[in-house]
Amino acid sequence: MNKVLIDLKNISKSFDGEMVLDDLNLYIRENEFLTLLGPSGCGKTTTLRILGGFTSPDQGKVIFDGQDITKLPPNKRQLNTVFQKYALFTHMNIAENIAFGLKIKNKSKSYINDKIKYALKLVNLDGYENRMPDSLSGGQQQRIAIARAIVNEPKVLLLDEPLGALDLKMRQDMQYELIRLKNELGITFIYVTHDQEEALTMSDTIVVMNKGYIQQIGSPERIYNEPENAFVADFIGDSNIIDGIMIEDKLVEILGVKFPCVDTGFGNQKPVDVVIRPEDVILTDPLKGRISGTVTHLIFKGVHYEMEVTAGGYEWLVHSTSMFPVGTNVGIQVDPFNIQIMNKPESEDEEAVMIDE
Amino acid sequence: MNNMKKKLLGLPYYIWCAVFILIPLGMVFYYGLTDKSGAFTLENIASITAPEHLKALALALLLSVIATLICLLLAYPLAMILCDMQVNQHSFIVFIFILPMWMNFLLRTLAWQTLLEKTGVINSILQFLHLPSLTIINTPYAIVLGMVYNFLPFMVLPIYNALSKIDDNVIQAARDLGANGIQVFLKIKLPLSTPGIISGITMVFVPALTTFVISKLLGGSKVLLIGNVIEEEFTQASNWHLGSGLSIVLMIFILVNMVLSAVFDKDGEGSFL
Repeated sequence: MNKVLIDLKNISKSFDGEMVLDDLNLYIRENEFLTLLGPSGCGKTTTLRILGGFTSPDQGKVIFDGQDITKLPPNKRQLNTVFQKYALFTHMNIAENIAFGLKIKNKSKSYINDKIKYALKLVNLDGYENRMPDSLSGGQQQRIAIARAIVNEPKVLLLDEPLGALDLKMRQDMQYELIRLKNELGITFIYVTHDQEEALTMSDTIVVMNKGYIQQIGSPERIYNEPENAFVADFIGDSNIIDGIMIEDKLVEILGVKFPCVDTGFGNQKPVDVVIRPEDVILTDPLKGRISGTVTHLIFKGVHYEMEVTAGGYEWLVHSTSMFPVGTNVGIQVDPFNIQIMNKPESEDEEAVMIDE
Repeated sequence: MNNMKKKLLGLPYYIWCAVFILIPLGMVFYYGLTDKSGAFTLENIASITAPEHLKALALALLLSVIATLICLLLAYPLAMILCDMQVNQHSFIVFIFILPMWMNFLLRTLAWQTLLEKTGVINSILQFLHLPSLTIINTPYAIVLGMVYNFLPFMVLPIYNALSKIDDNVIQAARDLGANGIQVFLKIKLPLSTPGIISGITMVFVPALTTFVISKLLGGSKVLLIGNVIEEEFTQASNWHLGSGLSIVLMIFILVNMVLSAVFDKDGEGSFL
């Protein structure tokens, strides 16, 4: 495990009396690709701006490499930011844009020229030195913004929804590009996005946030397969979230039917949330299923069919490679290890938050 | 067909343009390049070299350059402050700022006359406070004051416009890359607001250079600017030929200024009109 590079301690921030971050604690390791993921207003961008020094927290400390940098202005911090809308200097050409940080640090001309060449090569845009930012496409401008940041050899690169303004194809290309860059540079990337697919593709660690709180921290696999609460399950991918009662260890009752599962330690006769991913719902002959119902919707999605099945009074979302026409009676089967049990939110307040989303 | 209709919509303006801009301009050139008998001559234009004309031109250039510089120095910080304000605050300040412009230009200048007079409002107050009285009426200082007062909004608005277009992210990116406040100003804000500055300079310098009202009201008959010389040729001496000739000379300075501003402000970014 790499050593801890950044430590956010008890960070709180409110704007106009509205709490944006509430006692947030988070550490980030060296050479990690960490993504802050959440819906708009969840506090992810504020967290990034606190790291960059553009916003100061009301309470708490930012520890960077063992030093308290909470009050340090952005120009004194050893990290660089890539902004959502590129923020290139339109009155300078590409070479001057990239050289900006180095010139301020009074680096020699030959050093700067080498760095410009190196950075342009790294982002696959060699030969663009004399172009003006306006003459570049969105994707190219974003790559220049990345080049402009990394020539300063920051220990951490902060990326604020950098792919948000690009079209789908470009976004996918850039995702691979960013992973490659991170591996070549060997520095920490902190990435902010509301796009769960982006987060799953690129990250080593995902921090799911909502309403100023961290909901779950973990690897993409863990976040997807073992969401800790209904919010995470709902936000990451599609899912069926059904009220259930934990009868005993390894046995849960949903929609009046008992399903074997693998979770233990929730107690007996306890109300729980049950998450079942749509691709884990197996459709079979009505007699072979644990519960039976009728297909009500059918859409072809390319890789799979997306179906809605009404069974036991619940609309099940199902992804399957085999097709069942609308009106077909089907049985539903779920493998025990694909049933994810979660505690119900404790307070009504928390529940309200969930329903909001 | 559609295009033709659109062009027809412009017709009233084209007529206006022809009657009130092109024909008078043609007349200025006609009078400027002929003598009283109607024969072609360059004498009217050449008469700018007469010492009293040269002096008036030089003084007009000097005063309008000074007034433009003062406007720039006052307007730039103000525009920056306006940009940093909340929307509801700054629209109020802009409103206060533009308010005097709704009053007649002549009235505003006359008001300054009343304020600055030897027995005017300012001197009465100074006298009351046992302070030495001010004698700036009928001096070049009063003219510069009048120019700055009347033309300052034309400097503030284009600069404000240019500054407010600078994306906050761009400023933050510069900070992020290590620039301190001064470096951000010199390397980002100033170059990005240059179109606004150029546009403001044009809009202050041109009317200041050609004014005859401000110099007449606040300079008495003691300070003559080129605008006053031309006005007198038209009204008192009834020598339209000489007046037109001098106007053509003045037009050259204005054209040079226009060309310069067009070169610096290619996209018309700084202009707010």
